[in-house]
Amino acid sequence: MKFRDKQPALYWCGVALVAIALIALPLVLTMVGTAWVRITNLAILFIFLALGLNIVVGFAGLLDLGYIAFYAVGAYVYALLASPHFGLHLPFWVILPIGAFFACVAGALLGAPTLRLRGDYLAIVTLGFGEIVRILINNLSSPFNITNGPKGITRIDPFQIGNLEFYNSDTWLGILFTGPAKYYYILLLILLAVIAINLRLQKSRIGRAWVAIREDEIAAKACGINTRNVKLLAFAMGASFGGIAGGMFSAIQGFVSPESFILHESIMVLSMVVLGGMGNVWGVIAGALLLSFVPELLRYTVEPAQQALFGQMLVDPEVLRMLIFGAALVLTMRFRPAGLWPESRHRQEFAGGATHE
Amino acid sequence: MEIFIQQIINGLTTGSVYALVALGYTMVYGVIQLINFAHGEVVMIGAMVAFSVITALAGTAAPLPPAAILLAGVAAAIPACMAIGYLLERIAYRPLRHAPRLAPLITAIGMSIILQHLALLVWSRNPMAFPQIVDNPVFTIGGAAITGVQIAIILLSVVLMAALTWFVYRTRFGIAIRATAENVHVASLMGVDANRVIAATFVIAAALAAVAGVMVGTYYGITHYTMGFMLGLKAFSAAVLGGIGNLAGAMLGGILLGLVEALGAGYIGDLTDICKWPLMKEAVAERCAADGHLILMGSNYQDVFAFLVLIAVLVFRPSGLLGERVSERA
Amino acid sequence: MRFTAKTIALAVASAFVAFGCGKEAPKQQAAAPQAPAAPPAPMVVKIGHVGPLTGGIAHLGKDNENGALLAIEEANAAGITLGGQKVTFELVREDDQADPKIGNTVAQKLVDAKVVGVVGHLNSGTTIPASSIYNQAGIPMISGSATNPDLTEQGFKYVFRVVGRDDQQGPAVADYLAGQFKPKTAAVIDDATPYGEGLANEVEKKLKAAGVTVLPREKGTDKTIDWKAVLTKIKGKKPDVVFYGGMDATGGPLLKQARELKIGATFSFGDGGCTDKMAELAGAAAEGMVCSQAGIPVQAAGKKFLDGYKAAFKIDPILYAPFTYDATHLLIAAMKKADSAEPAKYLPALATISHDGASGNIQFDEKGDRKDAEMTIFTMKEGKITPIAIIKGGKSMTVDEYTAAGAASQPAAQQAAQPAAMGGMESAPTEKK
Repeated sequence: MKFRDKQPALYWCGVALVAIALIALPLVLTMVGTAWVRITNLAILFIFLALGLNIVVGFAGLLDLGYIAFYAVGAYVYALLASPHFGLHLPFWVILPIGAFFACVAGALLGAPTLRLRGDYLAIVTLGFGEIVRILINNLSSPFNITNGPKGITRIDPFQIGNLEFYNSDTWLGILFTGPAKYYYILLLILLAVIAINLRLQKSRIGRAWVAIREDEIAAKACGINTRNVKLLAFAMGASFGGIAGGMFSAIQGFVSPESFILHESIMVLSMVVLGGMGNVWGVIAGALLLSFVPELLRYTVEPAQQALFGQMLVDPEVLRMLIFGAALVLTMRFRPAGLWPESRHRQEFAGGATHE
Repeated sequence: MEIFIQQIINGLTTGSVYALVALGYTMVYGVIQLINFAHGEVVMIGAMVAFSVITALAGTAAPLPPAAILLAGVAAAIPACMAIGYLLERIAYRPLRHAPRLAPLITAIGMSIILQHLALLVWSRNPMAFPQIVDNPVFTIGGAAITGVQIAIILLSVVLMAALTWFVYRTRFGIAIRATAENVHVASLMGVDANRVIAATFVIAAALAAVAGVMVGTYYGITHYTMGFMLGLKAFSAAVLGGIGNLAGAMLGGILLGLVEALGAGYIGDLTDICKWPLMKEAVAERCAADGHLILMGSNYQDVFAFLVLIAVLVFRPSGLLGERVSERA
Repeated sequence: MRFTAKTIALAVASAFVAFGCGKEAPKQQAAAPQAPAAPPAPMVVKIGHVGPLTGGIAHLGKDNENGALLAIEEANAAGITLGGQKVTFELVREDDQADPKIGNTVAQKLVDAKVVGVVGHLNSGTTIPASSIYNQAGIPMISGSATNPDLTEQGFKYVFRVVGRDDQQGPAVADYLAGQFKPKTAAVIDDATPYGEGLANEVEKKLKAAGVTVLPREKGTDKTIDWKAVLTKIKGKKPDVVFYGGMDATGGPLLKQARELKIGATFSFGDGGCTDKMAELAGAAAEGMVCSQAGIPVQAAGKKFLDGYKAAFKIDPILYAPFTYDATHLLIAAMKKADSAEPAKYLPALATISHDGASGNIQFDEKGDRKDAEMTIFTMKEGKITPIAIIKGGKSMTVDEYTAAGAASQPAAQQAAQPAAMGGMESAPTEKK
C-alpha cells in the first residue's frame, strides 16, 4: 500500500513543502552568503556524478575507478565549443547533448575491451583509463594545440537563454537573484529529471538485467540476458550523466584545467556511492550531499573548536579535516558495510549475514 | 647502443622496486582477495622512519660508519612498518572480512588518507632530503653508467624475492599461507589458524614495503608524505599485469613495468616524430622546417604507455600474464 | 517503496534547510572576532587575502598571508583617515587549497564579506578563474605570485599583479644562458603544470630566437622523481645547457640523477627551483646551477620589511611575502590617494600609482602588469643560492651595480650581498604555483 494512496492530503502537503523549500533554498542561502549557493551547486554536480557512477557500480556491479574521465570529457567538450579558444560559441543546449554523446562514446570505448574483465582487474583498467584521459588532456597542446594543456581553458561562456544571462545578478519582483542562484534552478530541474530517470531505470527491464549481472553474471547469461550489450549500456549511460555534469561544471566555473580531473576526484565520487549505499538512488544522493558539505562545515568548525578547547591551534585544520574524513570512511564501513542507506535488496542479503563471494 | 643499455639499467632499477612493492599487494590479495590500497603508504612510512633514524645517527658527534647507519635505518623501518601492517589488518580489515567487496576498498582509502596525514603531522609537509651518507660510486658498463645504489637495489630485490619464494614454498608456514589462499574454510578445518596467517601476510608484505621505502629514499634522495600513492599505484598495476595473487607474476610484472616506462620514455618520442614519417612529411613540411621535429607522443606520455601495456595485456589475458583461476573470482 | 522514497526526499530537503541554518551560525562566529573591540568604532575596511593554507604548498600560502598581514598592521599603526574618518584595516583570510573549484568558492566568500580589495591568490590556476568573480563584483585584486601571462590578458580592469610574468622571467634566464654559456644545443624539460610548462615555453622561444638548437621537449609530472629515462635520452643528444621548468622537489632529483648519468651540461631553473633546498636534494651536483627569480630576491627586499616580518612572525620570509606586502600597501596607498575605500573611486588611483615598496618601485601598465619588473639570476655557491645578476628592462647588471643605481634601499642591498642572510630560503616551494 502506497503512502500516496493512504494519506493523499499529507502526501501532497509534504511534496509541496519540499518544493517550496527547494525553491526558497538559494534565496535563503544568498542571505547567508552567495558562496553557500556555489557550494550547493557543486554538491548538485556531485550528485549527478554519484548517480551516474551508481549505474555502473551500484546497479551493474562493475567497479569503475576512472569515472571522472567522463566528467572531464563533458567539461572539455563544453569548454572547446563555447570559449575563445577555438572562437566557437555554441549555445549550451546544443553543447550539453554533444558532451553527453562524447562521454557516452568514451564510456563505450572503455567498456568494449574490458567486458571480459572482472572485479579488481576491471578496477585497475578503469583507473588507467581515467589517468590516460587526464594525461591526454594535459598534453594535447603540442604539437597541435587542442586542449591548451595544463594552463586550461579560460573565459568559457556562461549559460544564456535569450536575454537571460546566467552570469550576472538580476532583481525580479524585488528579490535579488545572483548568478549562482540562477544556475541552482537549472541544476535543480536537471537533478529532478536525473533522479526520475534513475528511479525508472532501476525498476525497468534493463535495471533488473543489471542487478542480475551484478548478483551472478553466469546465471544472468543463462537467463537469456545479453550481458555484453547490457554491460556496455551501463558504461555508456553512466558516462553520459558524467558528461552532462562536466558541461555544467565548465559553464559554472568559466574555467577548466586538467587538475580538476585527478584520480582523487574519482575516488571521492566512488566514496559517495559506497558510503551512501550502492544501488539505492536516495542513499547515493545522501552520500554525495554528506561528502560535499561535511568538508565545508569542518572548514568552519575545526578551527574555532580547537581554539575553544585548547586555546590554540594544535593541529592544522586541513590535516585534522582530512583525518576526520579518513576516520569517517573507515568507521562507516566498519559499522555499516553496505553504506549508510543500503538498497533494500542488499539489506535483505546482509541481514542474513551471507557473504558475497 | 649505450643509450639502450642505460635505459635497460634504469628500467631494471625502478622495476625491482615496483616488484618488491607489488609482492605486498599480491600476497595480501592472494590470501583474502583484498586490494590493500594503503600499501603504498606503508612504503612511505618505511622511508620516513629510516629518514629520521639516519638523520639522527648521522648527526651525532661521533657517527657510526655509514653502512651501519643505513642498516640501522632499515632495521628501524622494518618493525615500524610491520606494526603498521598488523594494525591495518587488525583494525581496518579484519572486521570487514565478510562485508561486501567494496567496503574494504573504501576502508583502505580511508586508512590511506589517515596514514598520509599522520605522516604529515610527524614529518612536516615539505619534501625532505634523504641523507646521502654512503658513497655512491658510478661504474661504467659499455658506455652506460650504473651507480652502487642501483646495483645494491637490484641485488637486494633478487635476494628478497628468492627468500620469499623459499619461505612460501618450502616452510610449514608458507604451506599454511598457500592453503589459506586456496580456500580459507578448508584450511581452517585442517587446523590452520586463518587469522594468524592473514595477519602474518600483512606483516611480511609490510616488511618488504619498508625495504622498498628505504631503497626509494636512498636512490632518489628525497622523501615526501605523498610519495607512497603513485608508487603504490604503479606497483598495484605491476601486480595485476603479472596476474594478481601470483608471486612470480608480481616480480615479472614489476620488472616489465619498469622496462616499459624507461623504454617508452626513451624511444616513443623519436618513433612518433611525424617529420620522419615518409607519408606525413609533405603535410607538415612547414612546421618541420621551423622546429626540426614534430613529436606526437614524447616522454609526457610515459604513464600512458604503462597503462596502455597493462590494458592490452589484460584484454588478451584477462587474468594477467601468469594469473589463473579467474573464473572463481567474480 | 513510494513511502520511503518520498519521506527520504523530505528528509533530504530538510537536511538542505538544516544545512542552510547550520551554516549561518559558524559564519557569524567566524565574523564575530573580526569586529573591532574599540568602542567609538572607527570605520572598518576589509581587505581579503587568499592562498593555499593547507595542502602541499601551505607554507608558501602562509608566507604570502604573513606579508599581507604585516602591511595591514603597519597601516593600522600609522592611523589612516579616509574621507575625514579614522579607519582600521582588517585582513579577511581564506584558504583556497590550490584548487580552482575551491578558489572560486572562497572568492565568492570574500565578495559576500564585502571586502574592498583582494591580495592573492597564490597559484595562477586558482587566480585566473577567481579573477572573473572579483572583476564582476568590481573589487580590485592584486596577485603577488601568479606569474601566468593569461591572468592580465583577459582584459579585466580590476586585475593587477606585482610579480613578473612568465614571459618576463623566461626570457631573462634564457638571455642569460645564451649570453653567458654560448650554447649550441639546449634541452628544455618541464613538469607539465601550468607554471612549469608556461615558463619552459618562454625559455624555449627565447633560446630559439638566440639561434640555439632546442631539443624536443621532455616532460615529467609535478611528482616525478625518477628522471633517469628522460635524462638518458637527453644525454644521447649532448646538450650544452638544460633548463627545467618546475619545482625544487622534482628539480633536485633531476639534477642529482643527471650527474649520476655523467651529463656535463649546465642546469638552469626558474624560481620554483631557485632555493637552497636544491643543494640539500641534489648534494654536490647542485653546485654551479643557474636559476632565476621574478623580482628582486627576498634578501634584497627593503630592510623595513625584513625586520618587521622577522619581529612579527619569528621566521624569515620564504618567497613571495614582499610582493603580497607590497600589494597590500598598494591597495591602502591608492585608497589614501583617492581618499576613499570605495573600489570604484580608488581604482583609478591604483592604476596610475607609483609606489616604493619592499620589492622596488611599482607602477602598473595598461594591462595591470608591473612595468619593468626586475628579474634576478642566481647561482649555487657552496650550498647557497647567490645572486649574480639583476635584469631590469632587458639590461643585465650585477647586484652591486643595481645597488649603486639606487633602485633598492641601501640596507636591503647589504642584505643581498650577505649569503648568510639567505636562511629564509630553507623552506622550499614544493608544488606548482
